[in-house]
Amino acid sequence: MIDLLFGPFVEFGFMRRALVGCLALSLSAPPVGVFLMLRRMSLMSDAMSHAILPGAAAGFLVAGLSLPAMTLGGLAAGLAVALLAGFVTRSTVIKEDASLAAFYLISLAGGVLLVSLRGSQIDLLHILFGSVLALDDPALWLLGGIATVTLFGLAAIYRPLVMECVDPLFLRTVSRAGGPVHYAFLGLVVMNLVGGFQALGTLLAVGLMLLPAIAARFWAADLSGMIPVSVLIAMLSSVVGLSVSYQADLPTGPAIVLAAGGFYLVSMLIGRRGGLVRRLVRARHLEA
Amino acid sequence: MSCDLPGAITLHGLTLGYDRHPAVHHLDGVIPPGALLALVGPNGAGKSTLLKGIVGEIPCLEGRIARPGLEEAIAYLPQAAEIDRSFPLSVLDLVAMGLWRRLGPWRSARRHRATLLDALAAVGLAGFEARLIGTLSGGQFQRALFARLIVQEARVLLLDEPFTGVDGRTTADLLALVRAWHGQGRTIVAALHDLGQVRSHFPHTLLLARERVAWGPTERVLTPQNLARAQSLSEAWDEDAAVCGRHEEPGPPHDHDHSPDHDHSPDHDHGPDGRHAHPHAHDHGAVRDRGHAA
Repeated sequence: MIDLLFGPFVEFGFMRRALVGCLALSLSAPPVGVFLMLRRMSLMSDAMSHAILPGAAAGFLVAGLSLPAMTLGGLAAGLAVALLAGFVTRSTVIKEDASLAAFYLISLAGGVLLVSLRGSQIDLLHILFGSVLALDDPALWLLGGIATVTLFGLAAIYRPLVMECVDPLFLRTVSRAGGPVHYAFLGLVVMNLVGGFQALGTLLAVGLMLLPAIAARFWAADLSGMIPVSVLIAMLSSVVGLSVSYQADLPTGPAIVLAAGGFYLVSMLIGRRGGLVRRLVRARHLEA
Repeated sequence: MSCDLPGAITLHGLTLGYDRHPAVHHLDGVIPPGALLALVGPNGAGKSTLLKGIVGEIPCLEGRIARPGLEEAIAYLPQAAEIDRSFPLSVLDLVAMGLWRRLGPWRSARRHRATLLDALAAVGLAGFEARLIGTLSGGQFQRALFARLIVQEARVLLLDEPFTGVDGRTTADLLALVRAWHGQGRTIVAALHDLGQVRSHFPHTLLLARERVAWGPTERVLTPQNLARAQSLSEAWDEDAAVCGRHEEPGPPHDHDHSPDHDHSPDHDHGPDGRHAHPHAHDHGAVRDRGHAA
């Protein structure tokens, strides 16, 4: 069993690289996902992952299958959509979800158009589904850097971010940090999606961000528990997903996300905090 | 302006509203330091809007609010509905938000734990510090918000319907807190609906119905005539209302005054400096003038 799970990583360098990349992503993306979930912005990250496509495609058009070009392009497109949507939300009557939907649809359509201008179907599949088994040194540095920046960044804005989630009006009355904190958080979301799209592709980048976070909700009562649990679930998903994809010769990105999905389903069924079974088989109530 | 009293909140021809429709219309007056003022009026009278305006949450459509020396000293208790209570936050962390002005984003709140626990004890929530805010009842949650106000140690407290949906015992406890704050010389403005409560605890009252109906000692303000007039005034909402032609120019005072009793409270001073002159007083020169007390 142990051998089945860890054998491929002992045996093959590319599997170890893939594991390191996924573990780095597991450190940074799930904490961001926890905040997305608690702010009821889960689907927003899905929209954002589509928004980075045209940037990556533009990078691909300019420089071919080059990591720095596609990363910079993705970051630029994602941040542009996040900032524009945030600006429209804060200055007009449109709510965040609607303005984001508008910009990401424009961005996605532009991206598909760009990819179809040049490049084959295989290139498109590469962008959409990632290439975790072909992570080179720069890609690993990028994932490690993103994890570092995310953890430090989240620590720096943690307090005002929590206040923005719970009581934005209160934060506005005592501080002007609300706006910058909101944009900084969107920046972290975009960064992690770009990192995820290196490993898992744009379509599945959201998976490792959200599924562990949502699963963690069933195990921990507050943020100090949810964040570590979500990281743990993401790491387990990475190991399981990579092994299974190797043993069964399946595409890696979907395997990792499906592993995370499996952890979510199990958590949803037997989780200690409001899991389904707990709700059905209720313990006798207390006296006070 | 130089004549604005330090520590006081002065309203200069203040108009606040949404989408150009005024919710508070040409309001003048002074809330002196240490005042205990009740804000009374029917629903839609502009009570919440006025509090939001004072705290700087919504911009003035016209006029201005002077609060010299108070920019960093105003605490505001909104109606509880605006807080996300499903967020997994402990009661202690909620109360600790009140420390923001002292701690900012990074300094540790650990040294202030005693302050936080004292505040919880003062509102009758001792032992609740580890509970999640989502598990509190409405009254307990309101007590927790008052604990946060205690921790803020603000010189001015704006309370928006603090006792709505709160039982008698909790209301009495929280009112005692308000009176204690008043005793410490803090300024308190509270939007309220319970007139009995206002009469027995609040020496001054502003009766608002978009315009000021009356402002002064509570027993002189809460007369049946004033209350009836507030009710009728607040019901006028006109989707196609004309642009307001009231200029508040210097010169013959109050020739444009639409409110018949306009009994200026003693603290409402009309300085000789002509501060009712608005920089854009002639913006609406061509529009037809309509009554506003409709």
